[in-house]
Amino acid sequence: MPTANATVAFFLIDTMQDFTLAFVLAGQLLIGLDPTLMGIVGLSLAVTGSALLVACLIGFPVGALIGFRQFRGRSFVIVCLNALMGLPPVVVGLLVYMMLSNAGPLGFLQLLYTPSAMIVAQAVLITPIVAALSRQVVETLAREYADTFRTLVVPWPTALLALLRDGRSGLATVALAGFGRAIAEVGAVIIVGGNIAHVTRVMTTSIALETSKGDLALALALGFVLLLIALAVNATVAALSLATREAGHG
Amino acid sequence: MLNRRSILGAAGAVLLTIGALAGALAEEKSIIVQSTTSTANSGLFDHLLPLFQQKTGIRVDVVAVGTGQAIKNAANGDGDVLFVHAKADEEKFVAEGNGVERFDVMYNDFVVVGPKADPAGIAGSRDAAAALAKVAAAGAPFVSRGDDSGTHKAELKLWKAAGVDVKAASGGWYRETGSGMGQTLNIAAGMSGYALTDRATWAAFQNKGELTIVVEGDTKLLNQYGIILVNPVKFPRVKAEAGKAFVDWVISDEGQKAIADFKVSGEQVFFPNAKKAGG
Amino acid sequence: MASIVSTVPFPGRFASAPQVRTSRCQRSLQTVDLGFEAGGKTILDKVSMTLSPSGLTVLLGPNGAGKSVFLRLANGLLLPTRGTVRWGDDRPTDATRLTQSFVFQRPVLLRRSALDNVAFVLKLRGVAEARGKARSLLDAAGLGALADRPARVLSGGEQQRLAIVRALATGPGVLLLDEPTASLDPASVAAVEALIRSAESQGVKVILVTHDVAQARRLAHDVVFLSGGVVREHTAAADFFLSPHSAEARAYLDGRLIPQEETNSC
Repeated sequence: MPTANATVAFFLIDTMQDFTLAFVLAGQLLIGLDPTLMGIVGLSLAVTGSALLVACLIGFPVGALIGFRQFRGRSFVIVCLNALMGLPPVVVGLLVYMMLSNAGPLGFLQLLYTPSAMIVAQAVLITPIVAALSRQVVETLAREYADTFRTLVVPWPTALLALLRDGRSGLATVALAGFGRAIAEVGAVIIVGGNIAHVTRVMTTSIALETSKGDLALALALGFVLLLIALAVNATVAALSLATREAGHG
Repeated sequence: MLNRRSILGAAGAVLLTIGALAGALAEEKSIIVQSTTSTANSGLFDHLLPLFQQKTGIRVDVVAVGTGQAIKNAANGDGDVLFVHAKADEEKFVAEGNGVERFDVMYNDFVVVGPKADPAGIAGSRDAAAALAKVAAAGAPFVSRGDDSGTHKAELKLWKAAGVDVKAASGGWYRETGSGMGQTLNIAAGMSGYALTDRATWAAFQNKGELTIVVEGDTKLLNQYGIILVNPVKFPRVKAEAGKAFVDWVISDEGQKAIADFKVSGEQVFFPNAKKAGG
Repeated sequence: MASIVSTVPFPGRFASAPQVRTSRCQRSLQTVDLGFEAGGKTILDKVSMTLSPSGLTVLLGPNGAGKSVFLRLANGLLLPTRGTVRWGDDRPTDATRLTQSFVFQRPVLLRRSALDNVAFVLKLRGVAEARGKARSLLDAAGLGALADRPARVLSGGEQQRLAIVRALATGPGVLLLDEPTASLDPASVAAVEALIRSAESQGVKVILVTHDVAQARRLAHDVVFLSGGVVREHTAAADFFLSPHSAEARAYLDGRLIPQEETNSC
């Protein structure tokens, strides 16, 4: 898309004052605790947090199982899983839309254009990421533990739990990767959520909306806020893992 | 262990909160209107919907997409009311049994915007088709929605009237963005190109840059909006009563006056023309 | 390493966890024509011998002699390419492994506290109040002060002592030790050897792999001498150090037998 690139370059030269304005706006929005913005931020965190919880509950054990169990077609499964990490959000959005649409098989759940639909879409998007990355974390650890667990005759469910527990710092990073991808995603949630004001409007869909209104400064300001949120979440997790390490469980 | 438990606890709380929120929202009467970016981005709905909710207690959730996608979504039964601007497609929608009945609501008009430098020399023209022919002849960049929206369809009609085959020029001077009106205007502003836009979106648009209105006032540029209740017989989950209340209100005297009262920068941008008066 | 992982998957079925502390059935280890090949190379060849169900047997020999592979075959971590291994009448299985403990040259400790490492195996065997028992085991081994430290930050000697305490916590009948002191300082070696002696004095059968003649001299009841994948002799310790039967053992004790070429491949 040379056209789009040229456009972006043009904006950068032409709208330096927008950039400055965006900083000021972001500051005002945050300091003023703008209620609309707070609602949007809250929904973003709730939706992505729930999607991440679902993705971890599924992705951790699935990734761990693939990481340490031997079975036929394992390499094939790993290749597929790794490929699914590149799933385009728009495709996920479309698939979830087609499932949840009133014309679709799960229409009776009446989830379309609700936060739940957005949770489903984001969970579908990041579960393969969480599974594939935790597979790598667990596989490394499992290789190290393999002989020990075998000689100790550890039943596989116990081994699975032990690997998940001992790989927790690596898995925390995996969860953060999933969180980052989900909260920054716009293509899927805008299709299944509909970007309805006060109902399904999150950070990224707001940014898309303000951009389409031509209010680039406000869009960028929201972008800064999103960046700050991501920073805060990462810092919190880093502090937590540091705390556990110092408590002697690292 | 403590940490994991507290993280799980927090996540659980989040889920519960969402469940509660969803529950609370479900309590409130609400409908979904599939509509277009032009109505939403101009701020019309922000003006209309509180009035309607105050009167009826019904909350209206607007999904603002291109007309093509809005019709498609409604044809899947995803939405209670369709509020778009592509008359032929709307009539087809009703004819196929997806909608109950189509009503005219209002019109606004399209304008051709372009760079102040005006390389095609069309500024001030009142003949849209002739102006577009000049753009093509000059090979000046023209930025099209290219997304099957109502605006896109209107634009294609104009090209046809101008006798220009834009398909052949696609990728050259004719650029199809495949995006909404605002995105398309952003790109037109970025590359100093011409574009067709509805007046409401243009009036509310904030990134005009070097762009200005070059062609307006042609009757071919009129843009008619229609409203349709999605067929509850075909789609039993459609909230027929609340949806019908909204349709009736929009075409009632009260709704029509509200539309006329809506102004962007002091300028009226939508002109009510519902034929059926009543409420 | 990868090939070992893939040929020896985790046990697929749910293994029960009996209380081995009370069922310390002592059985002799018998091998018949045991051989192991990997990548076209013979690592162990025609090993036929019987180890008594008690006492401390040292497998002595230069690097690359096949000692560690023998230990892994005995525990069942590797499957023989020829011949058989028997504990009493049984091949190495989960059931025999439940009565044995294996300590590796580089201890594999779980990424948690020293205490939780010991508690893990106690819980695994269904011991009640695992953490309390783990703490008293660590105290008894002089590691009480380290109980709450992450196992991975302990010194090499502390890690190996912890690994042995963990190995003994399940009350095994057999303790298999693969070069447990190979890279430790003298004080740590003494501490590890004290743990081994105390286990042996409680009736645990110990099979210790080492290339350290002095250590063999300090600990062995009987010595199996291997070089080049072949058992050169199996002799009571007193006789072995006085007058070894095989020329290879004599050369090794005199410090003349250099490691085999396999050293590089390990």
